[in-house]
Amino acid sequence: MTLLEVRNVTKRFGSFTAVDDVNITIKTGEFFTLLGPSGCGKTTLLRMIAGFDAPDNGQILLDNKDIIDLPPEKRPFHTVFQSYALFSHMTVADNIGFPLKMSGKTSREIKIRVAETLSEVELSSFSHRYPHELSGGQKQRVAFARGLINQPRLLLLDEPLGALDEKLRENMQRELISLQAKANVTFIYVTHAQNEALALSHRIAVMNQGKIEQIDEPSRIYNFPINRFVADFIGKINMLDAQVIEASGYHLKLKVTGLGEVMAPVREHVKIGDQGILAIRPEQVRIDPLGSEVAAKFQLVGKIKDFLYIGDVTTYLIELPNSIRIEALQPNSFPGHAKLFEIGDPVVVSWQEHSAQFLPD
Amino acid sequence: MVLTSFRLPGEFGGLVPIHILSEDANENPGLTIETYQFFFSDFIYFEIFIKSFAVATLTTIICIVMAYPLASLIARSHKKFRHLMIMLVVLPFASNFLIRIYAWMIILGPESTLSHMINSILSFFGIAPVTLLFSPFAVLIGMIYVHLPFMILPLYTNLEQHDPILLDAAQDLGASSWQRFWYVTWPQSLPGIFSGSALVFIPVLGMFAIPDILGGTSDIMIGNLIKDQFLSTRDWPFGSTLSIMLTLMVLVIVGLLSWLARPGTRTI
Repeated sequence: MTLLEVRNVTKRFGSFTAVDDVNITIKTGEFFTLLGPSGCGKTTLLRMIAGFDAPDNGQILLDNKDIIDLPPEKRPFHTVFQSYALFSHMTVADNIGFPLKMSGKTSREIKIRVAETLSEVELSSFSHRYPHELSGGQKQRVAFARGLINQPRLLLLDEPLGALDEKLRENMQRELISLQAKANVTFIYVTHAQNEALALSHRIAVMNQGKIEQIDEPSRIYNFPINRFVADFIGKINMLDAQVIEASGYHLKLKVTGLGEVMAPVREHVKIGDQGILAIRPEQVRIDPLGSEVAAKFQLVGKIKDFLYIGDVTTYLIELPNSIRIEALQPNSFPGHAKLFEIGDPVVVSWQEHSAQFLPD
Repeated sequence: MVLTSFRLPGEFGGLVPIHILSEDANENPGLTIETYQFFFSDFIYFEIFIKSFAVATLTTIICIVMAYPLASLIARSHKKFRHLMIMLVVLPFASNFLIRIYAWMIILGPESTLSHMINSILSFFGIAPVTLLFSPFAVLIGMIYVHLPFMILPLYTNLEQHDPILLDAAQDLGASSWQRFWYVTWPQSLPGIFSGSALVFIPVLGMFAIPDILGGTSDIMIGNLIKDQFLSTRDWPFGSTLSIMLTLMVLVIVGLLSWLARPGTRTI
């Protein structure tokens, strides 16, 4: 069921178009993420949904009713800010109870609900502390609790995990997923961290320069990026300049600069002569020692140029003929071996035809 | 000062010299609590203290009410204009304090435009004309005028440091503009209010020039009383006693204020 609809929304600051004719439909109960580099307009879009900025054009509909004229305090949405925005002069309990107080609940009801919520986020013993006496993760949980306590129709989250360190962030991601499921509240999450978006979301909207590039499920965004920007922004990908020379049935025949003819799966709206890139994820690229039996139809001989050992995986940089370079990711799942190849080793590079794709410019 | 307050006044003012004490200790007990007894014996001194406190309290409250909108306007305005506005607030200090008070004498004087205006309005309603000058009202005006910047500056310094995101958060969580002020801005500005209040309340309490110039004969405050003890009556011990009583009361007030302003006292 549709909860919120953003329809043809545009926002300009002077001559700069921050949000450019954006259309989004958000379903009830969804964990929806706006993903994009800084300055792509995702925060501006979030502020418009929250009611802090008014769009120059377009509509924002809640339950099919336009809410553009409602001020933020009248919208049944709450926001978790990147800086948490906890009230420093109030205790944890008062911070969490604030939305209830503003909606005119009795102090008895506030007390009961705050106590419940505090135990849910495991902060019961901190109820009389002040925000400056809490750790980053605790502040974060207070901010979530404050955003959720009054059961908003929609919780808006503006890079809420940005200020946490890596380890804590992973824990908070898990917590966030279970929190959303438990509270049964629709989330709109803004982030520039693609791994966070992939890990958390039901659907992702990738934004760039005020426009939506692609809206889809995380696995589809990752595996079937719609264009060069999405392919490049989400994860790592090898991009080779290519031109379509033949399009027949299920295949495209491409002329890849430096490598010659390569096959790729067909895609819509592509015709002979189109320029673009052949995109392939590093983990789809297979490398074998020179001379070993390789099943894949398409294979090339190259040389290990460099590698990056990260522990669980190693990324190899391979130089193909004509100085074309390609990256391949190998899991380090061979006990006793730090890595399989050394710099300078000759290797056979191959990939399955359907694991590569042509992205027109 | 403490020592002086326990001694006796000399015949021609000043103090009875210490060396006399040793010669005739019975007649001159040296250190006495006579002046304190005198202070508490006559209710008029206590009354003047009360009146001074009332004037200081009223001045402080009016200063808070007047300074708050201006300070938040300055704190919210663009950085470029803030310095100019602060300069305008401090500008009166460029001229002498007494000259500014005498200026108010002219403004409030019976022949001034203001007086004429007020009295013509009053006569329209059938009320007898009033004299503005030499009244408690004139003293209050002078006090507020002189001390307003001392409230504006600390309040501005405080308000400027408020994180605007907190107001956004409050609004987002359902707070109306009045609730945003009362639950977010006001409690956070209390330290500014308290330091501004100390800077206004204490000098007003001891002020003598303004009641001297703008007040009538019955509008004297503690400051005038003390000044008179030293310069006219030349009763130094009693002047010292009054000063000490004033200092004690100020200490109590400051202690109370800083106790109120201690961090983490306010809950919603």
